Amino acid sequence: MSAVMINAKNVTRNFSISRGMFRGKQILRAVSGVDLTVKKGEVLALVGESGCGKTTLAKIILGLLPQTTGSVDLCGQSIMDLPRLELARTIQPIFQDPYSSLNPRKTIGSIIGLPMRVQGVENSATIRRKVQKTMDLVGLAARHYNAYPNQLSGGQRQRVAIARALVNRPQIVVCDEPTSALDVSVQSQILNLLSDLRKELNLTYIIISHNLAVVEHIATRVAVMYLGRLVEEAKTSILFNNPHHPYTRALLESVLTPEPDLGIPNTQLGASYPNPIDPPSGCAFHPRCAQVMPHCAMTPPLSNNVNGRFVECHIYNDDSAENAD
Amino acid sequence: MSDRVLDVKNLSIDIPLAEGMLHAVDGIDIHVDKGETLCIVGESGCGKSLTSLAVMDLLPKKAIRRLERLDLAGASILDYSEQQMSDIRGSKMGMIFQEPMTSLNPAFTIGNQMVETLQRHRKMNRVAARDLAKRMLEKVGITAADQRLNQYPHQLSGGLRQRVMIAMTLLCEPELIIADEPTTALDVTIQAQILLLLQELQSEFDMGLILITHDLGVVARIATRVAVMYAGQIVEQGTVKQIFDNPMHPYTRGLMRCIPVPGKTKPGEPLGSIPGMVPSLVGKFTGCRFAERCDHVTDACRQSDIELRAESGKTQGYRCIIDAKEMAKVA
Repeated sequence: MSAVMINAKNVTRNFSISRGMFRGKQILRAVSGVDLTVKKGEVLALVGESGCGKTTLAKIILGLLPQTTGSVDLCGQSIMDLPRLELARTIQPIFQDPYSSLNPRKTIGSIIGLPMRVQGVENSATIRRKVQKTMDLVGLAARHYNAYPNQLSGGQRQRVAIARALVNRPQIVVCDEPTSALDVSVQSQILNLLSDLRKELNLTYIIISHNLAVVEHIATRVAVMYLGRLVEEAKTSILFNNPHHPYTRALLESVLTPEPDLGIPNTQLGASYPNPIDPPSGCAFHPRCAQVMPHCAMTPPLSNNVNGRFVECHIYNDDSAENAD
Repeated sequence: MSDRVLDVKNLSIDIPLAEGMLHAVDGIDIHVDKGETLCIVGESGCGKSLTSLAVMDLLPKKAIRRLERLDLAGASILDYSEQQMSDIRGSKMGMIFQEPMTSLNPAFTIGNQMVETLQRHRKMNRVAARDLAKRMLEKVGITAADQRLNQYPHQLSGGLRQRVMIAMTLLCEPELIIADEPTTALDVTIQAQILLLLQELQSEFDMGLILITHDLGVVARIATRVAVMYAGQIVEQGTVKQIFDNPMHPYTRGLMRCIPVPGKTKPGEPLGSIPGMVPSLVGKFTGCRFAERCDHVTDACRQSDIELRAESGKTQGYRCIIDAKEMAKVA
């Protein structure tokens, strides 16, 4: 039984949206009542369409955004109580675009060393040694120490971003679309690197990605989000082999694998993504659902544990259990 | 041959830079027939977007385009003036870009922009044009088309904007559509819908479609033929089945190993990768452009330029000194 690294309970985050001068504010519920547990060494993937709240949830876990209600514990301590510096030593982000996340006026050495200086390390020789060791770890040549970001390729920049996240040896790393700005051949290198680092440093990852082929490859658990709710969560193999929630099924069907015979899938997700300010009644997914039932529009579904997974759908509610396979 | 929509022969693009001449595209031949989808696939910087811009004559001013032949629907448009090109752009060939927000004018409504296209190319009056615009929006699956015509681009979601772009491109029933990464900015669910729509409309209007992408999954599902580009050259071309079932060029094979395929790659196992980087194309380049990153490199690879092998009677061709028999042995 490995230690619980992240324990989120009933996390909700509201944003108030201004509708103009005299029309008051409206509430947008970006994350709504999410429970999540991540154990040490796990790779949890958050998947879902844009606007489903996955990045907001990641920001809350990173402590960059306070939750409206609910609690998030990192390594058994509430993030509200953790001092900023300690929080930064525990959890670090890696962002999508290595072109905008690196300061173009700083050298690679000083970019990677900055988190150490922030933590109060003053001895420049110590910093230099640690930075060089980390650069070696992520596969960056030592000669890049004094280079600037614009002298590096996209893949190398992403390595710099990874080195910066790892220089203080955090326990958890949150990767927001770590490879989607990269070319195919570079993407595989970065994915391999992330896997190697996890084994070597015993890291825990949260990976946000819309590329489900990547998710299946790298994640140990997958959490599917829709309109701020967690709709299905399970071990990767369980979820991919037999998705239960109709939304998960549609998502998996739309993945275009390189198999020429299959043609383009018709996912039947007709209506476009609903407006999060005015979410549909009952189950938020019902207007797009292929298996919609009359009561889906009325009552929100309860969460269930079916076949080793968490799923939130009326099909699997106890009274209609005969539908569950 | 009457079915040939586009025929490009020996296209080269040079861009003068401070450090020398950049040979961005070098000797490309492509052709598309009616109802056919050609996918040009390659990594960033391989020249795939420049190729499509060159066909439309939309290259940046300082780029130098050289061409032996440029035929659109059987007629040469190589010597067309700027005015003539402007007449056929949008009417005979349309282009769909990656980010629809950059190709739609934020200051005008959707309806305004669609009507303008029709007035410009088909000399229609406002009422008839608006009516056609509405029908076209409905055709691409947009509900409440009347209201949408009065909306501005920023009021639409990414998927809707891309549908509007497709509708606009189809207004004048072009013979050829060039789509440059049309779904890269979209969610996977929307991506599938847009690709399906493109495919349906293509067969309905019997158009030629050139789709530029870096996503091999998209290529596999929509292409009739595939051209793989690397560093400004086509390194392999063939039908979609040939490319995916039996890739010949070491670069194509490398690409295929890089992508995780559910059921084929084991989760957690390292993926294949192509070490090294794309060579600089500034100045003169001799030999195989992939030599630096290739597992099968020999001295001969670097000594002279490699021709695209096109064995007679076969649709598949690749640019490598290793012949087909030997290549079959090196898995």
